[in-house]
Amino acid sequence: MEFLRDLWLFLKERKKYWLIPIIIVLFLLGLLIVFGGSSAVAPFVYTLF
Amino acid sequence: MFTIGISAYYHDSAACILYNDEIIAAAHEERFTRKKHDSSFPINALKYCLDEAGIDISNVDNIVYYEKPFLKFERLLETYYHFAPAGIKSFVTAIPVWLREKLFIKDEIYSQLKKLGKFDKSKLKIYFSEHHLSHAASAYYPSGYDEAAILTIDGMGEWASASIAYGKDNKIQILKELHFPNSVGLLYSAFTYFTGFVVNSGEYKLMGLAPYGNPLDEQVEIFKNHIKTEIVEIKDDGSIKLNMKYFDFATGLKMIKTKKWEQLFGIKIRKPDEKLTQEYCNLALAIQEVTEEIILKMAAEAKSLTGSENLCIAGGVALNCVANSKILNAGIFKNIFVQPAAGDAGGALGAAFAFLHIHKNFPHKADYFDKMKGAFLGPKFSDNDVLKVARKYNATFRYFSDKEKLNEFIAGCIADGKVTGWFRGRMEYGPRALGARSILADARNPEMQKKLNLKIKFREGFRPFAPSVLIEDCKTYFDIDIPSPYMLFTAPVTQNRRKELPENYHNFDLTTKLYTLRSDIPAVTHCDFSARLQTVHKETNPDYHALISEFKRQTGYGVIVNTSFNVRGEPIVCTPDDAFRCFMRTEMDVLAMENFVFLKEEQNIDKKIFDENFKPD
Repeated sequence: MEFLRDLWLFLKERKKYWLIPIIIVLFLLGLLIVFGGSSAVAPFVYTLF
Repeated sequence: MFTIGISAYYHDSAACILYNDEIIAAAHEERFTRKKHDSSFPINALKYCLDEAGIDISNVDNIVYYEKPFLKFERLLETYYHFAPAGIKSFVTAIPVWLREKLFIKDEIYSQLKKLGKFDKSKLKIYFSEHHLSHAASAYYPSGYDEAAILTIDGMGEWASASIAYGKDNKIQILKELHFPNSVGLLYSAFTYFTGFVVNSGEYKLMGLAPYGNPLDEQVEIFKNHIKTEIVEIKDDGSIKLNMKYFDFATGLKMIKTKKWEQLFGIKIRKPDEKLTQEYCNLALAIQEVTEEIILKMAAEAKSLTGSENLCIAGGVALNCVANSKILNAGIFKNIFVQPAAGDAGGALGAAFAFLHIHKNFPHKADYFDKMKGAFLGPKFSDNDVLKVARKYNATFRYFSDKEKLNEFIAGCIADGKVTGWFRGRMEYGPRALGARSILADARNPEMQKKLNLKIKFREGFRPFAPSVLIEDCKTYFDIDIPSPYMLFTAPVTQNRRKELPENYHNFDLTTKLYTLRSDIPAVTHCDFSARLQTVHKETNPDYHALISEFKRQTGYGVIVNTSFNVRGEPIVCTPDDAFRCFMRTEMDVLAMENFVFLKEEQNIDKKIFDENFKPD
């Protein structure tokens, strides 16, 4: 939670709200990459890239 | 108030501890883990810093990390967004690392700190300084000046790759920045890569290679012209614009677009083990001169923006001592201080200082000497520690209870042509060995450069060695007007010491040039008569000063060769054990550790037990 608060404060200070959707999508894709290496979601990742 | 500074997770991680504004300790993690340029969390360095301060982690007031990860992440995202869909390969490589580790550095630091003991998380806050502010602070606050222009230049921080700032009293104001992807550091690294050296560690080899370029050869001018018309646009204020058609680092996994470079310069990229032919020397000279031109313009801009007589420099490019000397000789500033740990390791120190003075408003006082304590900020070891190592390896040794007798003996060995490991006092902070973890030799010996490079350091034969000279004798050997205690300036050997060169000297190939006798101190005279000198001062380095003084008494020369105590690819030795193993692995003749002396000829130990493989850098 502290991380999300820090990230929000950072975006607010930098006024880079337009990065929020990119960050959300990247997090979702990133999570697939992180956890996809050795799991059932791996084929899904390969079709994405 | 105790403040800890940390740099980690990119390259050259380090930690330091301040008590108010006094530097208690600072060290690179690589010296403890024995992994060169170690980027892991500096847990060993931190543990040492706490030991040296005599406190545990619960007594620390503040922890400061040397850059802002979110800001760097912002730059990455904007870059990928800007270049998309190009860069997908780099994105897939980089993002998982960020999502796993780098975005969560705060949590990671807290979890690492737990290994050092219990502490109250609500009291021990972690702060983040900007990368170039850390560099600027690392140069300004320890400099001893109470106002100064500050120039920081490196590969890349968050967004900035270079900055001009003004330090006055305890505040630093950033006046100008050069932003991604334009970077002097990355430009130099690109040439490091093209000439077959390793990026982030081979830059000083490229700098050492440049004087082998032939200044009379029109190829150098042609290369310079290609660089300035095709690769980089240099503006009057020293800012630059890289032509990204030639670079791959913004979106790819490599430094440059190799084919385009090969077409432009008409030479192939050099593989690391390939012979260094004259074209590569000429290219090294060309990029060195272009870099100097950029840095000089930046320094002039810093002067015009601040009007200060003092200049502080930091950032990895500040280790380019040839460029530093160009600023010095241009006479733009009266005084120049270069942070000895100018690279990212020094960011740890700067982060701590920036927090203390800017955030906590701690007063900053000018001082006659800089606050770096000669850069001797690392661990020291007792005679008993050395004795334990001697016993461990069943080594034969001599013990000198009288320092004068020890110096007399060691100076005699050096004068006899013996290569001597010198381990004494606190280890250096920064990449240079300054007489605490050094290999010493006779600068008068014409064979010494070859012997040291090939038999002791196992490194490229062309690389020059630095002299340590008594400050009071400096002008006897070198043309320089200021002290250079941290080996961050070069100076020409005085005219009267030089040998006359053959008329066609500039046309000689690298090896012939290398073995042409150039002065009466040939081991430290580079092929262009320059030397990257260290002035040795009684106040900051009394034992080393006494040794060179004794050498002078015996030989008449107040100058010796000083190179770092390590072999190629190995971090500089830290402990007596590291030093003894390095001594036994090489053809070093003598090892002086504190008051103990080990002679190679007297050791009856199987050398195989000291075999270690270090990845060449």
